[in-house]
Amino acid sequence: MARLGRLSPTGRGQPVAPAGTAPRRSAAGARGRGAVSAQVHKARRHDSALKHVTGQALYIDDMPEPPDTLHGALVLSTIACGKLVKVDIAVASKMPGVVAVLGPTDIPGKNDVAAIGQNEPLFAVDRIEFAGQTLAMVVAETLDAARAAVEKVVVEIEAEEPILDIATALERKAYVQAPSTVLRGDPDAALASAPHRLEAEFSVGGQEHFYLEGQIAFALPGEDGDITVHSSTQHPTEVQHICARLLGCDFNRVTAVVRRLGGGFGGKESNASWVAAAAAVAANHTGRPVKLRLPREVDMVATGKRHGFDYRYTVGFDDEGRVRALDAVLAADAGWSLDLTPGVVARALTHTDNAYWIPHFRAVGYACRTNKQSNTAFRGFGGPQGVVIMEDALDRIALHLGRDPVEVRALNFYAEGRDETPYGQKVDENHLARCWAEVKKGGEIERRRAEIDAFNAANPVLKRGLGLFPLKFGISFNLPHMNQAGALVHVYTDGSIRLNHGGTEMGQGLFIKVAQIVAEVFKVDIDRIRPSATSTAEVPNTSPTAASTGTDLNGWAAWEAANTIRQRMVAYAAEHFGVAEADIEFADGTVRIAKPGSNQVLSFAELAKLCWLGRVSLSSTGYYKTPKIHWDPVAMRGRPFFYFSFGAAMAEVAIDTLTGESRVLRADLVQDCGESLNPAIDLGQIEGAFVQGQGWLTCEELWWDARGRLRTTGPSTYKIPGSRDVPPVFNVTLLDNAPSREATIFRSKAVGEPPLMLATAVWTALKDAIGAVGGRNAAVRLDAPATPERVLAAVERARQGREQSVTRNG
Amino acid sequence: MADNMRFALNDTLVDVPGLSPMTTLLDWLRDHRGLRGTKEGCAEGDCGACTVVLERDGRREAINSCIVLLGQVDGQSVRTVEGLRGAEGAPHPVQTAMAEADATQCGFCTPGFVMSALAFASGGNTADTGSIHDALAGNLCRCTGYRPIVEAMTRIAGLAVEPPPAAPAILARPASVVFDGAFFAPRTLDELLDLRAAHPDALLLAGATDLGLLASRARKPPKQVIHLRHVPELAAISTTDDKVTIGAAATYAAATSTLVEAFPALRSYLSRLGSRQIRNMGTIGGNIGTASPIGDMPPVLLALEASLTLVSKRGTREIPLDDFFLYYRKTALAPDEIIQSISMPRLWEGESFHCDKVSKRRDQDISTVAGAYRVRIRNGKIEDARLAFGGMAATPRRARAAEAALLKDGFAAAIAAVGEDFKPVDDWRGSADYRLQVAANLLRRLELRLADPQRVLEVEAL
Repeated sequence: MARLGRLSPTGRGQPVAPAGTAPRRSAAGARGRGAVSAQVHKARRHDSALKHVTGQALYIDDMPEPPDTLHGALVLSTIACGKLVKVDIAVASKMPGVVAVLGPTDIPGKNDVAAIGQNEPLFAVDRIEFAGQTLAMVVAETLDAARAAVEKVVVEIEAEEPILDIATALERKAYVQAPSTVLRGDPDAALASAPHRLEAEFSVGGQEHFYLEGQIAFALPGEDGDITVHSSTQHPTEVQHICARLLGCDFNRVTAVVRRLGGGFGGKESNASWVAAAAAVAANHTGRPVKLRLPREVDMVATGKRHGFDYRYTVGFDDEGRVRALDAVLAADAGWSLDLTPGVVARALTHTDNAYWIPHFRAVGYACRTNKQSNTAFRGFGGPQGVVIMEDALDRIALHLGRDPVEVRALNFYAEGRDETPYGQKVDENHLARCWAEVKKGGEIERRRAEIDAFNAANPVLKRGLGLFPLKFGISFNLPHMNQAGALVHVYTDGSIRLNHGGTEMGQGLFIKVAQIVAEVFKVDIDRIRPSATSTAEVPNTSPTAASTGTDLNGWAAWEAANTIRQRMVAYAAEHFGVAEADIEFADGTVRIAKPGSNQVLSFAELAKLCWLGRVSLSSTGYYKTPKIHWDPVAMRGRPFFYFSFGAAMAEVAIDTLTGESRVLRADLVQDCGESLNPAIDLGQIEGAFVQGQGWLTCEELWWDARGRLRTTGPSTYKIPGSRDVPPVFNVTLLDNAPSREATIFRSKAVGEPPLMLATAVWTALKDAIGAVGGRNAAVRLDAPATPERVLAAVERARQGREQSVTRNG
Repeated sequence: MADNMRFALNDTLVDVPGLSPMTTLLDWLRDHRGLRGTKEGCAEGDCGACTVVLERDGRREAINSCIVLLGQVDGQSVRTVEGLRGAEGAPHPVQTAMAEADATQCGFCTPGFVMSALAFASGGNTADTGSIHDALAGNLCRCTGYRPIVEAMTRIAGLAVEPPPAAPAILARPASVVFDGAFFAPRTLDELLDLRAAHPDALLLAGATDLGLLASRARKPPKQVIHLRHVPELAAISTTDDKVTIGAAATYAAATSTLVEAFPALRSYLSRLGSRQIRNMGTIGGNIGTASPIGDMPPVLLALEASLTLVSKRGTREIPLDDFFLYYRKTALAPDEIIQSISMPRLWEGESFHCDKVSKRRDQDISTVAGAYRVRIRNGKIEDARLAFGGMAATPRRARAAEAALLKDGFAAAIAAVGEDFKPVDDWRGSADYRLQVAANLLRRLELRLADPQRVLEVEAL
């Protein structure tokens, strides 16, 4: 097994080793050639690493600005709900350096930046729906002039009572979409007849993305009303569409360009679009380049976050702890508008089962409308909020029966004959048992469980806890039509290759992975491949880089493009040298012509030049669409996912029962990456996702005051994990010898989101530690984020035996 | 008088005429100098993306360029990520180590980490994880999960890094300067007191870790400031057999070893105060002067029975810190006065000092509740106790009811009395109920600690 990135208590790590040097099976069956791979399945550094460390990587705010560049600043509502009476810009307009103050009437097209719904205005009209809503935009010669003028805009709002929590929204049936349900069997009857039944409630909070580079766009007007928008977006095509919608022009007038993002995590999927549109409208209005960069506080107040959820469920089970039925309500805080909430709720509902076979199943998802930021995509996209339910239920079941929660989990895993999800997709590749066994073994569960129990018996103040978590996560966009991608590859006559595709590079290493794939096709050194900025002018009609699908989709599209060129080169070489195509072999940057008598070898560049002289096109697009998937969004049934990704985690924590402070002491993770394209990049995704998930469940707390104003608006008040919060013992293993059963690119699997959920083990471990206060026989409610305050409150309840009562059958 | 700000930037002497001294160093680097390797992540000194290094007295100190005013940089030597080069223009070994460890993903935070790593490498640090985390506490990364960065730091700790070059003599400022008629940088105490008397509305600037936010985050730079850092009396640190005296404008970085030597419990506490970047600029005088109810040092100083030396042209007076904080953000400082120094009596025989900080995150967080306690025990009896808390009231304050109860009836009574001392507020750091409960429980922790000093009572120690 390739054990990667071990961090011992001394912090002395081992270097990342390649996953293996043995010959690997190449891309799916007939689509790839079965040669020894030189470029894929190899640990390779991020292509921009040296630029990152030297400060030479350009982000949008670093780009040289034309001298006539203007800067934008936004006027935001400070009231959460009400009627917009007046936005008076008279004074602001006359401030020094101010060129324009733009409002709804300055938008030539439609004042709507909705990603999938409608009526999500860029600049509010009539109604105020949350504190942080954009009302107007000042455009000035300098950023300071723009910001100073913002304060001179006089806003009058007739305030109304806002809805600020899920419970109130449920009570008033305030939804952004109708409730949706995943249903199988007869959960009511199964619950009624189950030997045991438990009910519980809990909630999880939202999460700020806290990409280090805030939202930014830079719009440059061209001739005839054309506009180029440099945007820090995960969805260039949506930027193009929404800019065009607001400008009232054809899509072909707008070019969205993205070289890199300083972090995205879902926060720059729909939210980047309105920022770009605002810049575009201003550039169009003034005829000058306009940069709009949101200061951190504005970014946090104005943009959406991960959805917080409230849960209520009833679970029925037998004497051994086998689940017979689950009836769950998942209520998401959608914020004020639809945004991407339908997809988030759908993914939460299709991940409520997590790793477990639940014969009778009902999960109802409510998308609650509150007067808060419109919540949006965030790594996991509802998956993390779905998988926590069964983890809570299985702990309660185990405690109720006096059984080991680790064993009770395994008892309920999907397995042969118990392998269909409640929404109708078969779990036909299943690494759960393997991941579980490996994480238990690597984490020495028996020894440590005994140690922890002994520690807890001896320590009244500090308690330690252990938590395990199995993961099954579906890969593909829930909406089938989004699972498509395009690429554009050019081979130049010096043998250098330019690569473009629809995916965006936000740090996740997509560009290097796709470059590896193209290098593999041509058997050239990766240095010959030049990834270029994502642009709607090069590859059109793309999907967002999201849902972990970046490499799955764009990697295949690039492979198709490269392979088309390669086949043309092979055909021409065969003709030119008078040999069979099978006699042309690409290897190590060269092309061998196996002609009897003369074993001629050309460099790749020489063949490229030869092909050009022979009038062979050395440019090709490539296209890919994910096979096999289908989904009925009304019935909530189908096969939404091309495949599942698996994993397992074990976390150990310690809590202080006097203050509620906690610390993660150790984490052991096993993650299925299929046959990893780049183990170094995948390791980085796993570790980073885990720590981000840990933050979501522990220290990251969003706090709104009684008037609905977000008060955690910067890193001084909103605490993401720091380096010391990472488990001092942190063992990450890529599941070895697990090539994807489906025809994924080089049998690899997606890795962006799944490991975030592995951090659920931390939450489970915290509950285990808290339970130790009450002698480990009390089920504990622990809402997330498990801040010191929430942990202490749970400790007090455990101490006083004030835990939720449970319903027991017969 | 038209003084130009002048400093060294990446080994080049820079004169900055005609620019407001209230401009932040970050804005100047990016917008005026075109050096855009240094990033703005938060503009409040909390994310570290803007980290640059000050090279002074043979040391390298990481600072947050977003909250440093250009006037403060006068006479200093600044190094940014663009000023890091290895042999023949290759990346610096610190940069190479970061790249080779896969310690970058999106890369936006990376230049800041590189500069913190450079300062770390220059400080002769060892590769223990505690030192590494101390060095990184002021830098946030949202992508990597830090493991590879920590791994890179273990390699960086062992690098032989070239010492900072000596500052050019021309940078020395023997006499006071004024920039733009607004940024006063006196060199003597007399000049400082004259300025203070003449400009009672000018803000006193020590490290700018708080004041700098006016220029960075709020974009409303102060109209006038008096910079305290160049007045020798305010930077002095001295000790006697009886007491420890810290100049009001001495940085935490400068004062830490003296404080920890006198009060060992401060070792961990001070490592949690802000971040390395903040401690390199921030001062105890500033922490007291802002009179924030959640400053980390006031509870400590109250418990330690600190007194302040306040000075003006009218003379010098000494007041107990107990009498300094009047109400929310208001102090006993007269408009023409400055805090010159803070003195704390050393611990007497039988006395011990302890302190706690509770926050959502261990590092670089503001305390939800901070508690500090000096207790004198003789013959098994508590003879004296000073219990002070932050985050519990509009000002940092002693828990006088709990103190009295402790002396009279012991810990159980003191714990019960905390509720009489404080009426805390609800906010994003914690509810009033939580704060009260934690304050009481911290006294319980103190009781356990006194009973058995060896006992492990904090998750941090596991």
